[in-house]
Amino acid sequence: MTATFIHPLTSFVQKTFVITEFELRKLRHDFTELITRALQPALWLLIFGQVFARSGAMHTGNIPYLDFIAPGILAQSVLFVAIFYGINVIWERDLGIVQKFLASPTPRAALVLGKGFSAGIRTLSQAVIVYSLSLLLGVKLNWSPLALFNVLVIVILAATLFSTFSLVIACIVKTRERFMGVGQVLTMPLFFASNAIYPTDIMPGWLKMVSHLNPLTYVVDALRTCMLAGSPSTLGLSLDYAVILMTMTILVFVGARLYPRLAT
Amino acid sequence: MVSSGNMSNLVLEIKNLTRRFGVFTAVDDLTLSVNAGEVFGLLGSNGAGKTTTIKMLTTLLPPTSGEARVAGFSITTQAVGVRRAIGYVPQAVSVDGSLTGYENLLIFAKLYDLPHREQQARIAEALDFMNLAADAKRLVGEYSGGMVRRLEIAQSTLHRPKVLFLDEPTVGLDPIARDAVWKHLIDMRANYGTTLFFTTHYLEEAESHCDRIAIMHQGKLDALGTCKELEASLGPGHTLNDVFVHYAGSALDTGNNFRAVSAERATAERLG
Repeated sequence: MTATFIHPLTSFVQKTFVITEFELRKLRHDFTELITRALQPALWLLIFGQVFARSGAMHTGNIPYLDFIAPGILAQSVLFVAIFYGINVIWERDLGIVQKFLASPTPRAALVLGKGFSAGIRTLSQAVIVYSLSLLLGVKLNWSPLALFNVLVIVILAATLFSTFSLVIACIVKTRERFMGVGQVLTMPLFFASNAIYPTDIMPGWLKMVSHLNPLTYVVDALRTCMLAGSPSTLGLSLDYAVILMTMTILVFVGARLYPRLAT
Repeated sequence: MVSSGNMSNLVLEIKNLTRRFGVFTAVDDLTLSVNAGEVFGLLGSNGAGKTTTIKMLTTLLPPTSGEARVAGFSITTQAVGVRRAIGYVPQAVSVDGSLTGYENLLIFAKLYDLPHREQQARIAEALDFMNLAADAKRLVGEYSGGMVRRLEIAQSTLHRPKVLFLDEPTVGLDPIARDAVWKHLIDMRANYGTTLFFTTHYLEEAESHCDRIAIMHQGKLDALGTCKELEASLGPGHTLNDVFVHYAGSALDTGNNFRAVSAERATAERLG
């Protein structure tokens, strides 16, 4: 045993990055996942986006519909990838991996946030895909370094948020079958009760209220503000960031409290 | 060294430890002490409460009542101290198949705060010791069952724990791999004075390796002593098997649920 005293906060940050590092190392050996994931945003943009842009059914103000939904589709694919992340910890529980980490002195919050960040970084591939497609479809993107940096940060934070949410669900349901069921049930409402593919103005009042409680709405608004050339934020970028960061922090706390349940 | 304020030779002090799940009492008023450096075997049929006991001692499961001190730290109020002082090899496979053997050790070297300059030497030593040096850069998914178990032991002992908990360490291994695992465990005790606390179904393993054994039955401690003492307690000419049957009944099939059975079989399959 080492005698060196390490400040709890330093230790928390260090351990979080150790967990993230090794989660990402696992990726090296399996790239097929990244390719199959590219399909969904491509279908939404190329088919759904094209058809609805033509129909002119959506009134998206002074930006074309395809431009409007490009950030929405990025947010959606981040959500879809992240919301099933929890299945990994159920796998690790069925093996003995979770138990071994929980019997180590690693702070529980570091285990949770470390995994969340790794999911965040993995999701960056979705940003590359959506940007490439957008370029191809003539979406007017904002290429300023600050805007790109913001998109990067928002994607990582959003994926961390939703993958931690997913981990919380995994800690509660504990089995793969129930987890898949709950995952399916949650994805669609989160997606449709948001501003991802239509403006909230066209929603009935009650749904509009729900959409304002949905973190995805703030992710979409933040992405739309930063991704598109000359798109003003509807909700305000600082509010978006505040909601995303706060929700994420709360979920990490809840996840850290529930994570030990996986060992029992 | 973090002082635990306890200078006694006991590395494990369990007092009235109890765990209930609803109306079911998995561990019932267990009191038990283990000396530093001892090899201690916990025997019992399925559902006897062995795994629940280990989970409480490794801080994975809070006790319903009672207390235990591991290396001087309380499992209820000093969990982090306990975690620093122990190593744990769960029954199921606990190394990551999508990382190399070396990476599996490196992550634990970092999580246990081994000083940076010592990490590489410690990992190399552990790989050598467990006879895995040649396979360090291979993915663990390609390892044989015996190699996986040895890697798990290497991973759980990198930080030189005072107590190593092993839950059915040789389940699913062929006799040769079992012997190799035990040889490494016994060497480790000799070199580092590690206390070994393990559960097993294999009576011959308990007989040949344990300083003392305890037999649990339906959550209760039924017998405790050296193998010789326990055999003698039934009168002359008795074997450990007789002792086991006497205390645990012949029942090897009580109380184990579907999930535990399928997990055990899956483990055996992965290792085999």
